Amino acid sequence: MRKGDTIFFDAPPAVFCQGAVGGKRESEGPLAAGFDLLFPENSLGEETWEAAESRLQQHCLELTLQKARLTPAQLDLVLGGDLENQCTATAYHMSRVDVPFAGLYGACSTMAEALGLAACLAAGGFVRVAAALTGSHFCAAERQFRTPLGYGAKRAPVAQWTATAAGCCLVAPAGPGPRVRAVTFGRVRDYGVKDAANMGAAMAPAAAETILRYCADAGRAPADFDAVYTGDLGLVGSRLLADILKEEGLALPNHRDCGLELFDLRAQQVQAGGSGAGCSAAVLCARVLPALKAGRMRRVLFLSTGALMSQITCLQGAGIPGVAHLVELTAEEEVL
Amino acid sequence: MKLTIKRYDEMVRRASPPSKLAADCAWAFCVGGGICLLGEALRKAYLAAGFVLSDASTMTSVTLIALSAVATASGWYQKLAAKAGAGTLVPITGFANAVVSPAIEAKCEGYVPGVGAKMFLIAGPVIVYGLLASTAWGALYWFLRPWL
Amino acid sequence: MSYLWAFLVGGALCVIGQLLIDLTAFTPARVLVSYVVAGVVLSALGLWGPLVEFAGAGATVPLVGFGHLLAAGVVDAVDKMGLLGALCGGFAAAAAGVTASLVCGVLAAFFSRSKDQN
Repeated sequence: MRKGDTIFFDAPPAVFCQGAVGGKRESEGPLAAGFDLLFPENSLGEETWEAAESRLQQHCLELTLQKARLTPAQLDLVLGGDLENQCTATAYHMSRVDVPFAGLYGACSTMAEALGLAACLAAGGFVRVAAALTGSHFCAAERQFRTPLGYGAKRAPVAQWTATAAGCCLVAPAGPGPRVRAVTFGRVRDYGVKDAANMGAAMAPAAAETILRYCADAGRAPADFDAVYTGDLGLVGSRLLADILKEEGLALPNHRDCGLELFDLRAQQVQAGGSGAGCSAAVLCARVLPALKAGRMRRVLFLSTGALMSQITCLQGAGIPGVAHLVELTAEEEVL
Repeated sequence: MKLTIKRYDEMVRRASPPSKLAADCAWAFCVGGGICLLGEALRKAYLAAGFVLSDASTMTSVTLIALSAVATASGWYQKLAAKAGAGTLVPITGFANAVVSPAIEAKCEGYVPGVGAKMFLIAGPVIVYGLLASTAWGALYWFLRPWL
Repeated sequence: MSYLWAFLVGGALCVIGQLLIDLTAFTPARVLVSYVVAGVVLSALGLWGPLVEFAGAGATVPLVGFGHLLAAGVVDAVDKMGLLGALCGGFAAAAAGVTASLVCGVLAAFFSRSKDQN
């Protein structure tokens, strides 16, 4: 059923298995215990950072399938993406897996986008099992969006640190596991933020827009949930989200941000927090879904936010458009 | 949403933490000054070794560039620069870092399209506008010379 | 004494660069370009030469000194060869620094590889 921008599922699909892998800094962070696999060294034995990112996703999909006792042949579709130009990290990995693949680009918002689409396809009966798979790699992202790794520069206090991590969710029309109750695909918002270091500020209006639309469509408030997770707004974006929603008259008492949960801002030098397509994916798969499974949380709104710029548009002085997709998740037996 | 671009610009400015000016400047001053001090020591050493003034200066630059290349290749320069900011940017060692780091980074893309082409990606503009300015000054100087 | 002045003048030039980055929209690349062009201008105005005598490496090691080197090279070349010197002098004066960086770059690329910051 559709109301406004939100899709409500009459028979909510299940996220029956999830997996998270991370790199070195993630293994030193507060979420380390939640990861299924951590690498002490971010090259993963590969010659290039791009190949390492691809390998990271491969490990993530393989271990998630293993946890679910499935073979790749039992997957009907992989929906996935990353931060590389042309989504090469995922595509090159998928060239070694014999499963239909639909590549997505939503920058850091890709996980909610993939999970939302997978849920729609499952609810429609078009897939028996679909995987939502996204990841990012700090070194590959620095190469693409910023400067060479050996280049000496001081990071701005508003800058965010790209996570070296990947997450994978397996979605089926029914079965055990947390439920996807509703999905709101976001509208792109550009409020003229031009500082490519300040991505949280670029994405916060899009997150506010999506939350407001979901609340209007569903007739609920953020306070109805155990937590509202946003995907890597970081310190600055989280402040701005609260400010915007306050002006709109919506209280956000239980907000958590994936970029602030993945790293310890005091102990780890990550400036305003984590970011990257792997950041919200890892927090979803290492913290949110396990908590829903174990009953520590029962109802959660999960948003991933993406800054949809490229190095070229930034140099041309264009503003940074942001987007945020929302997925409503509940524990399996939760009655609304 | 009733949010306007102008209002949001104000909100962003308020929400974004400013740089720690005093700490940044202290780091830049000490590290940048330190690199220049090292340069002065090298210059004195080359002069003592019998180089003429201009050659001693050139040798100093070349030595600092080589040291910067070693520090860049080992990853130390980036670590120092993450604290020192302009202290490692402004000295000639920063120029060398800007040449060496893209060269190392582009190795994966081959020696011609990678290392060769990308090496001056960051430092290229320095040479371009430096030479442009010096050419303009040279032409001006040629016109003015009869009166100087 | 020259050591102290080298430290103070060099450090001060770096602080100006840091203030430009922190307080304005200057990117590091713009700071470098501005410093070199400023060096050419200050040298042309006859201001940088005296500072070099006074602060030594404190005035030559920062990139402003690189600009001074270019400007001084052009003046020498114009004196020797006329207007053509405006085209030759700058590159000739910068040759050692640029070529040293270039050679170091290729050698570093050959002997090392990109390192993680994590």
